[in-house]
Amino acid sequence: MPLNIDKDLYRFRHIVKGRIRKDLKRFMSSKDMIGKEGNQRVRIPLPQIQIPRLRYGENPSGVGQGEGEGEGEGQPGQGGGMAGDKPGEHALELEVSLDELAQIMGEELELPKIQPKGQKQISSDKDKYTGISRVGPESLRHTRRTFRQALKRQISSGTYRGKNPIIVPIKEDKRYRSWKPTTQPMSNAVILYMMDVSGSMGTEQKEIVRTQAFWLDLWLQHQYKTVETRFIIHDAAAKEVDRHTFFHTRESGGTLISAAYKLCLKIMDQDYPAQDWNIYPFHFSDGDNWSGADTSVCLDLLEQQILPRVNQFSYAQVESQFGSGQFLNDLEGKFDTDDRVALTQIPDREGIMNSIKELLGKGR
Amino acid sequence: MADSFFFRARRGLSPELEDARVHIQSIAEGHGLDFFETIFEVCDFDEINMLASYGGFPTRYPHWRWGMEYLQMQKGYEYGLHKIYEMVINTDPSYAYLLDNNMMVDQKLVMAHVFGHVDFFKNNLWFAPTNRKMLDQMANHAARVQKHINAQGHDTVEAWIDICLSIDNLIDPHAVHTPKDPAPRKQAFADPRLPASDYMDPYINPPATIAAEREKAAQAAQAKQGFPPKPERDVLGFLLQYAQMTPWQRDILEMVRDEALYFVPQGQTKIMNEGWASFWHTTMMTQDILTAAEVVDYADHHSGTVATQPGQLNPYKLGLELFRHIEERWNKGQHGRDWHNAQDPRERAAWDRGTMGGRAKIFEVRKTHNDITFIDEFLDASFVEEHGLFVWERDKKTGKFNVNTREFKAVKKQLLFELSNRGQPRLSVMNANHANRGELVLSHPYEGLDIQLDWAELTLGNLSKIWGRPVHLETHIDGKPTLLSHNGNEFSNTQREAV
Repeated sequence: MPLNIDKDLYRFRHIVKGRIRKDLKRFMSSKDMIGKEGNQRVRIPLPQIQIPRLRYGENPSGVGQGEGEGEGEGQPGQGGGMAGDKPGEHALELEVSLDELAQIMGEELELPKIQPKGQKQISSDKDKYTGISRVGPESLRHTRRTFRQALKRQISSGTYRGKNPIIVPIKEDKRYRSWKPTTQPMSNAVILYMMDVSGSMGTEQKEIVRTQAFWLDLWLQHQYKTVETRFIIHDAAAKEVDRHTFFHTRESGGTLISAAYKLCLKIMDQDYPAQDWNIYPFHFSDGDNWSGADTSVCLDLLEQQILPRVNQFSYAQVESQFGSGQFLNDLEGKFDTDDRVALTQIPDREGIMNSIKELLGKGR
Repeated sequence: MADSFFFRARRGLSPELEDARVHIQSIAEGHGLDFFETIFEVCDFDEINMLASYGGFPTRYPHWRWGMEYLQMQKGYEYGLHKIYEMVINTDPSYAYLLDNNMMVDQKLVMAHVFGHVDFFKNNLWFAPTNRKMLDQMANHAARVQKHINAQGHDTVEAWIDICLSIDNLIDPHAVHTPKDPAPRKQAFADPRLPASDYMDPYINPPATIAAEREKAAQAAQAKQGFPPKPERDVLGFLLQYAQMTPWQRDILEMVRDEALYFVPQGQTKIMNEGWASFWHTTMMTQDILTAAEVVDYADHHSGTVATQPGQLNPYKLGLELFRHIEERWNKGQHGRDWHNAQDPRERAAWDRGTMGGRAKIFEVRKTHNDITFIDEFLDASFVEEHGLFVWERDKKTGKFNVNTREFKAVKKQLLFELSNRGQPRLSVMNANHANRGELVLSHPYEGLDIQLDWAELTLGNLSKIWGRPVHLETHIDGKPTLLSHNGNEFSNTQREAV
């Protein structure tokens, strides 16, 4: 039965949605949001839409009631004068699932849907235990079914005695789990994050990378069934680390970007054959490479080895006061027209949203 | 519109509920309660949540606010945070809603409670001027707003409603009890006529000149007097009368004021009203209604209603206990001059004149008092001590809430302060032609609490949209006299000279 209130509810939702969209920008660079990462749902604390009125600020005192001895654990008491029709000050939290959040982001940034690589579906074989069979190994015996079968047989043959209900299964009663090989279409993706952790990348830069990585994850997870993530940090040498280390390491020293690209290649060789995986390397750096010679090694690696395997190679340059930012220019010079390469620059937190759009806007 | 809802939702009470209603009604009448005809509707939780978000009325004008409240109720219900037990509206006949899957004992409790409320609505003097046909009026408001929406567009009208709601607390809660000022008397001015004999008079005092001079004197007097002549508490009423608005805007502002005034007595008597209803449900349930099988459930649910969260004040509990306290005092004759002169606590504790006037007294109290006078007259030291009331205070450094004092006078003062003007700042229009530029000046007599600045900015902005000229508010911030101004575009906050 439709209620009168549905229209008002729709209206409120509509307004709130507009708010989320406006606020999304803010959330994109806010820390607390990321803190909830890993949960299935994200709570967006949404200030209840309140109509401003002339009223007192927070009460510094009030009347309470209780046994409290000396130091009662008081809460702000509900003033007796509160009229029933005035809402109190609650923060309304709107729950959004990560999927919905990705959707809102997609709509907001007008991100195209990703076309899985190569059009032809990659399929995998997997065994699923779905049926029951009369023969099979003892390790797969279905005890309950077996028992039920034996019970049925004994009752129908009249050997079941209620006072002494002993059930003895014989060979014909036995039932076994059986499996069927099923083929599943698979579109798996792996994200390879690479980050420059040389001395010139400060805490602020890392925070930007962290936030950006959250949104990139979110979007790709929304597009693919399973998304694996691998993390590589590098200064003059590169090594693979876990997520936490990735975001919290601070090293110093020079920068050899080619080291990271080599490691990235190695990981792809080992674990992610290009025909089975949609591969997304993301590289974050302040754009300061050690030498021009290394830069040309990098460009060669990219062109000849990495690009042929990946869906898209993304390079995001985080601005820092130390970095020269030359690497972006080098990449631009070489790959400006190449669709497989996405380049972006992040000047500050505010720039995160734009750069996401630049990185994911190609729909690859 | 109202009809259509009731037509859909009206489910005749089940025979069991109907029996309970008849039974409880006769018991209530037996106790001397005097109520409007009370119609019980059975609703499912969706409907009751909707009604609750609408403030109990099935038809309200379209506004997102109801949707927001509904969403909160719904979430609250889903997560088991709260459940609405009873709702009753102040109309004649009065409508009350029962939740369809409540236990029988709950339904009885609700009915008993509701009869208490309706008796209060009917007899308490603060409710006397309220419109008992508010159900129809709310539905009319809905139709009027819908009409304006059709003509002006949804966004335009909704934005205007938001603006009006933003000042809907700037009303005079006593406006409905005080007659409008009679037309101002013509003031006598010093007669500008010069003495002259009859035949010379038209020449020495030419009538045209005399009239012109009288006019001038009257104008001068009025200019001196200012406008409005005395501070006007009913800011909304003032704007309604003098602000420049289009007819539909005026219509909506008037509607918002009507609805705000209608809800005023509920705010003024929250403690008493809930206390009175709770007093009667406990009295009737325990003395007349409960079967042995229901006692435990009743006790459980009743204790839920009057439970006090540590450190909080529950109006149900406070009102109930205070009514019991009054009944006991008057039963024992603990009032009058002798009682007040008696200082010896032992003598007071043992005081029992056996006058048994308690019942009559509480009926009288429920007729003539509101929360402020109720607390002011009957909250005494022994009650505060017995029920462990205290004043809490927020520690600025730690942000924790501490018990500041349990002293009777301080508790009472704090409580009365919170109840004054329903806990809201009391504002008046001082001058509607500030600096001779048609600017509006409001004043807030400082009582120790600052007005919340960010909201003041927004609200003053809204006020200036209604008034059409800059608006000023004289108040105190951090103890310093301050003038908050909004000219429609910008907000400013300047220190002013103390008056």
